[in-house]
Amino acid sequence: MKKRFMMLMSSVLAAGTLLAACGEGDEDTTPVNDGGNNNENETAEGNNEAAGDDEGFSSKMVTDTGGVDDRSFNESAWAGLTAFGEDYPEADVDYIQSNDASDYAPNLNRLAREGTDITFAIGFLMEDDIRTVAQQNEDQQFAIVDTVVMGDDDEPVSNIANITFAEHEGSFLVGVVAAMHTETNEVGFIGGVESPLIKKFENGFKAGVKYVDSDIEVNVQYAQDFNDASRGQQIADTMYAGGADIIYHAAGGTGNGLFTEAIDRARNGENVWAIGVDQDQALTEGEWDEGNVILTSMVKRVDEAVYQVSEDTMNGNFPGGEILEFGLEDDGVGIAETRDNVSDEAIEAVEDYEEMIINGEIDVPETDEEYEDFQSSL
Amino acid sequence: MTNMFKGKLFGIMIPLIAIGFGFLAGGIIMLISGNNPITGYVALIQGIFGDIYYFGETLQRMTPLIFSGLAVAFAFRTGLLNIGVEGQLIVGWFVSVLVGIVIEAPMIIHLPLAILGGALAGALWGFVPGVLKARFQVHEVIVTIMMNYIAMHVVNHFIRNYMLESGQRTAFINDSASLSSDYLSAITDFSRLHWGFLIAIAACFLMWFILWKTKKGFELRSVGYNKHASSYAGMNVNLNIILSMSVSGAFAGVGGAMVGLGTYNYANILPGFTNLGFDGIAVALLGSSTSIGIFLSAFLFGGLKEGANNMQGQAGVAPELVEIIIALIIFFVASSYLIRWIYSRVQSKKEGK
Repeated sequence: MKKRFMMLMSSVLAAGTLLAACGEGDEDTTPVNDGGNNNENETAEGNNEAAGDDEGFSSKMVTDTGGVDDRSFNESAWAGLTAFGEDYPEADVDYIQSNDASDYAPNLNRLAREGTDITFAIGFLMEDDIRTVAQQNEDQQFAIVDTVVMGDDDEPVSNIANITFAEHEGSFLVGVVAAMHTETNEVGFIGGVESPLIKKFENGFKAGVKYVDSDIEVNVQYAQDFNDASRGQQIADTMYAGGADIIYHAAGGTGNGLFTEAIDRARNGENVWAIGVDQDQALTEGEWDEGNVILTSMVKRVDEAVYQVSEDTMNGNFPGGEILEFGLEDDGVGIAETRDNVSDEAIEAVEDYEEMIINGEIDVPETDEEYEDFQSSL
Repeated sequence: MTNMFKGKLFGIMIPLIAIGFGFLAGGIIMLISGNNPITGYVALIQGIFGDIYYFGETLQRMTPLIFSGLAVAFAFRTGLLNIGVEGQLIVGWFVSVLVGIVIEAPMIIHLPLAILGGALAGALWGFVPGVLKARFQVHEVIVTIMMNYIAMHVVNHFIRNYMLESGQRTAFINDSASLSSDYLSAITDFSRLHWGFLIAIAACFLMWFILWKTKKGFELRSVGYNKHASSYAGMNVNLNIILSMSVSGAFAGVGGAMVGLGTYNYANILPGFTNLGFDGIAVALLGSSTSIGIFLSAFLFGGLKEGANNMQGQAGVAPELVEIIIALIIFFVASSYLIRWIYSRVQSKKEGK
C-alpha cells in the first residue's frame, strides 16, 4: 500500500515538474519579445480587443480582502476604473480579488506578467508586496493607493505611483459638521486598526470639532479590526450610552456596526447620528423607517484618483515615483453629496472652512504631535 | 476479499471520491452561475501548473499547510482535537520573527534558533490546553479555540506597541535567519518558494517516524484508540495527552516560522485569522491523518488557493466558488459514511446480478 502511495506522490511531482518546465519554456520568451507577448495575451483575451486598437491600453487593479463590493475604497476604486473603461472603450479594465494577504504578491505578479499597462494595488497593506513585484518587473508600471512605497535607497520606487489623500482635511470638515450638530457637547470617533493613516482621520476630526468649539469632548476608540461589525456596534453602544450623540468612524466594515447601533437607538426615539467614511455611505447604509441616521460622510475620491492616474498613464504621463496627494483642492476629499440631514448653517461653515484650508489659513494636523500643537494654538 | 483490505482500499478511495464529488458539484454550481466549468477548471489547472512562477507559489502555499495538517493529525492520533493550530501557528510566526530580528548570529546558529523559537512558542500554546485537559478535564476544543484569540490579540499587541516598523508590520528579519532562497526563487521565476518546503517534507517523515517507529509513538496512538485500556496497560495517559498537545503545537509553531522566516520575512498585525491553521484541520481530515496523505492534500489545498486567483482573471469565476469547492470536498470527506453506504449499495447490486 505504501508503495502505491509513493508511486502516486512521485508521479504527481513528476507531472508537476514536467508541466512546470513547459511553463518555463513559454516564459523565457517574455523579456526578449515583450510586444509579441502582449499581442498573444490580447488575442487570448477575446474578440472585443480585436475590434479596437491592437496595442490596447490596459488598466487593472488588485483588491485587498474586502473585494470590489466592500462599500468602501475597493468599490470606489473599481467605480473609477469602470468609468475610465466607459470613457475610453478601447481600454481594457479588470480586477482580481484577494482572499487573504498571501494572495497579494501572486495577484500583482499575475497582472504584471499579463503585460498590464498600469496595475493598481488598492490599500496600504500591499506595500511590501508591490515593492518586491515592482522591483522584479522594472519595465512595468504600478500604482498604490493610500501609502508611499520606498525603495532600498529611501526614495520612492520609480515605477510605482503613490496615491495618497488628505484625509485629515476631509475629516476636519465632518468634524465641523459634528461640532455644529451636537446637542450633548460630546462626539465620538471609532478607528479601525491604529496606524498613521487612521490617525490622520482621528486628528483631522478632532481638530475640526475643537476649532468650532473647544469645549466639546471627543471620545476616541479603536476597534483594532476593520471587519468586525459586532465590535463596532459594541463600541458605538458604549459611546452613545456615555453621552456622545454623533460618532464618526474610519473603520471599514467595523463601522457597519455603528450604523446598526445608531438605527436601533433612533428607533427608540433617541437623537443620535453617525458619520460615514470613504464613500457617500448614506446611499447604502443607515436607512430606517423615518429617515437615515447618517448625518454626512467624509468621501475620499479613490475613483477620481484611479481615473486620473489611468488617464495620465494612457497619455504617456505615468507619475512613477511621485507622491500624489489628492486633497480638498483637487476634489480628492470632501463631504458627501447627500446632505439632507445637515443644517444650512453647518454647510455654510463647511464651505468657509474649506476655503480657509485651501488658502492655508488653517493647517490641519495629521499626527498626534501636530494635533497637540494645533490644540495649544487655539 | 478480506475485510481489512476493504478498509484500506476505502481509506484511499474515500478522499478521492470526495474530491471528485467536490469538483463535480463545483462544476454544477459554475454552470448554474453562468460560467463554463471547463474553462474554469482549465484556468484553475493553468493557475497551478501553467507557469513555473505559479507552481513555485503553490509549493510555497502548501508549506505551512503541511505543518498545520501534521499538527492536527498528531493530536488526532492521540484522540485530541487541536482546533488551536491557528493560534499556535501565529505565536510560532511571531516568536521566530522576533528571534530573527533581535539576535545576531551566524546562519548556522541563528536559523535553527529562530525555528526552534517558533516551535517552543507553539508547543507552549499547545501545552496549556494539554495540561488543562489532563489535569482538570477541561475540553481541549474550547480551550484551544479561546487560545487562538489570545494568540492573535497578544501578538498584535506586541507588534503594534513594540515592533511596528512601517504600516502594519515589524522590521525585516536578519538575513542569517531567513529561509528565503535566491536559488529556489530564481528557478521558479521570482516566486516566494523557500527552503521551508524541504523542512516540511522532512517534518512529514518525522511525524511518521515518531508515531509509528518509536515506543512513545505507540503509546500516543494507544491512548488515542482507548484511554482506559492504555491506562490499564500501565501507560501514563495524562502525560501522553500533554505531550501530544505540545508536539502538535510545536508542529504548528514551526509552520508559523516557515511563514515568518520564509514567505514574508516579517510579522504583521493580523486583521483576522490567517486560516492556515483552520485549513490544517481540513488537510488532516482529507489526508486521513497520514504523512503522505497530508502532503498530497496540502498540495491540493495550496493549488486550489493559488489557482483560484487565475480562475478569476482568466475565466471570470468568482473566487468564492473555489472556497465553495473546498468546502464541498470537506463535506464529502466528512460524510464518508454516505460514500461508504452508496458504494456498498452499488457493490451489492453488482453481486446480486
